Amino acid sequence: MLNPVPAQPPAPPLLSVQGLDVTYETGAQGFWGRPKAFKALEDISFDLHPGETLGLVGESGSGKTTTGRAVLRRITASAGKIVFQGKDITHTKGEALRKLRRNMQLVFQDPYASLNPRMRVIDLVAEPLLVHGLIRHVDEARDRITELLRIVGLPADAHDRFPHAFSGGQRQRIGIARALALQPEFIVADEPVSALDVSVRAQVVNLMQDLQRELGLSYLFIAHDLSVVRHISHRVAILYAGRMVEIADRDDLYDHPIHPYTEALLSAVPVPDPRTQRQRKRIVYGGEIPDLVNPPAGCRFSTRCPLATEQCHKEAPKLSERSAGHLVACWNR
Amino acid sequence: MSVSANSTGTPLLEVEKLKVEFDTRRGLVQGLRGVTLSIGRGETLGVVGESGSGKSVTAQAVMGLIDLPGRIASGDIRWKGRSLLGSDGERYARDIRGKEVAMVFQDPMTSLNPVLKIGTQIGEVLERHLGMTRAQARNRAEELLAAVGISAPGRRLDQYPHEFSGGMRQRVMIAMAIACEPELLIADEPTTALDVTIQAQILELLAELQQSLGLSVVLITHDLGVVAGLCHRVAVMYAGQIIETGLAEDVFERPAHPYTQGLLRSTPRLDEVSDRLVSIEGTPPNLVTPPEGCSFQQRCPLSGEACRKAPKLEHIRPDAEAACWRPSVPAWATPLMSPTFP
Repeated sequence: MLNPVPAQPPAPPLLSVQGLDVTYETGAQGFWGRPKAFKALEDISFDLHPGETLGLVGESGSGKTTTGRAVLRRITASAGKIVFQGKDITHTKGEALRKLRRNMQLVFQDPYASLNPRMRVIDLVAEPLLVHGLIRHVDEARDRITELLRIVGLPADAHDRFPHAFSGGQRQRIGIARALALQPEFIVADEPVSALDVSVRAQVVNLMQDLQRELGLSYLFIAHDLSVVRHISHRVAILYAGRMVEIADRDDLYDHPIHPYTEALLSAVPVPDPRTQRQRKRIVYGGEIPDLVNPPAGCRFSTRCPLATEQCHKEAPKLSERSAGHLVACWNR
Repeated sequence: MSVSANSTGTPLLEVEKLKVEFDTRRGLVQGLRGVTLSIGRGETLGVVGESGSGKSVTAQAVMGLIDLPGRIASGDIRWKGRSLLGSDGERYARDIRGKEVAMVFQDPMTSLNPVLKIGTQIGEVLERHLGMTRAQARNRAEELLAAVGISAPGRRLDQYPHEFSGGMRQRVMIAMAIACEPELLIADEPTTALDVTIQAQILELLAELQQSLGLSVVLITHDLGVVAGLCHRVAVMYAGQIIETGLAEDVFERPAHPYTQGLLRSTPRLDEVSDRLVSIEGTPPNLVTPPEGCSFQQRCPLSGEACRKAPKLEHIRPDAEAACWRPSVPAWATPLMSPTFP
């Protein structure tokens, strides 16, 4: 742990998500058809503490991006509560929501698609400041932007160039500078390094860790790459088909996974070492993630789980604490 | 596991000093700058590198997929000792491509024709290359789908690609590739677009097919973990050249080239906790005007006077080659905080 907490009540979490549901509507089937709704997220709860990174892992369709968006209030929760800095922000609107967004920023996955190709770097980084009315003209923030660019490791002459002049890694640095411009405390990073090459990925991961240490940022780090998540996170949560199946301290989760899905997921990640990799036991479950429009009753993993019993098919297990801070949703483990 | 056990006599595929150029508006891009490699029977070769290193171009050259504005500038590609280039070679190549050498592409979402049934698409391969009738092709297609682990193959034949998930589409692609019982399968990032548990299923399938059909496989990937599980031999590419090659265990355990060392140490591992990753500063060179000498020198912590001359790929041990003037010298210190924060 970074900050050993004295024997006082622990610091309140920066962000607390309680029983979050998100429902999406699909298009109507046919002209007279009724639109169907499906629950993309069901009963998601977690806390994020100041200066902490929570890794959010899952396969496509598991709801990890939806969680990030819901927390940032980009999409509306259909049930549950989001508490940020002690205030319930689930239904915050208008000016209050705009103010709130200064404090929570997003870093996107694709540095090629997320930067406007017609804007200079200085305009890109100044845009959040302009939008929030903190400056009236880009020139007012020139020094601040120079400093931001230096912090994220971009060359000093980057100001007046356009995104196309930069490589993928450098563009991701521009995206990070943009997110930092408003000095937020909380950043949702949605697959920030998955579009980058291996050697460049390390540069960006290192940068994010340095920034966290220096600025005390909290990250919700959304990724499908379990190796990167282990490297950067303090705690890790695993999502499957819209539900959280396990959450624990990083090493606890990786060394002692409890949920059968977590176990299978970890065993599927190849390790870059031939001797180790050939000896690793892979747990391969057939089948695929269930269709969320008609989800299985009970545990969503029950259709693939070797341990599934009658109960699993009928009733969904809730997260329960197995050891300090290690929560699992499973009837049989 | 021995590499050369099966590779007696002429190797299946040889690529020699291959140069590929692309004429673009920005100038002549030297995509491949003298690549030499060979694959024996039953062998699995992993080709690793980052984007733009030339790993896919190598595969495309073998499959005859280099199209304008690209062209093969020099070098040779030989299949069982016979060249695939030149007018004679091209006639020969038409017979063997798709039949004796087959390829699986990265993106199963876009490699299948969305308006044709799966059965029709697999059948097409069989009718074209093996001269089967429609009915024979249909039966064989059903067997193939079963062989790649698709359940209810008879029903699946009449479905369209959009009715298949990503992992299933990749299985279909593999079924098409092995339809003519090829001797060599080139898989270009076959699992990159897939989720990790589905990736594990596909890798398992490739390993099984390799065993049961005695296939040789060239696996092109940026994921070092994928290579570690499946490959006997590894070739590491950088800026259009192979900079290190050897047995998989060897390359992973004793990487000789500073780039390989850096690549391995900048990859976080699932089974290890590290405080900080090695970061290779900078980016790969521009291949319109590649640097004189070693292409890695701008990013290499060991670079010196000698590196202004290009190093050749030379034996550093039996079964291991590297293109470096100072091979096997530890290049990366334990990383510290980045210089941004003093």
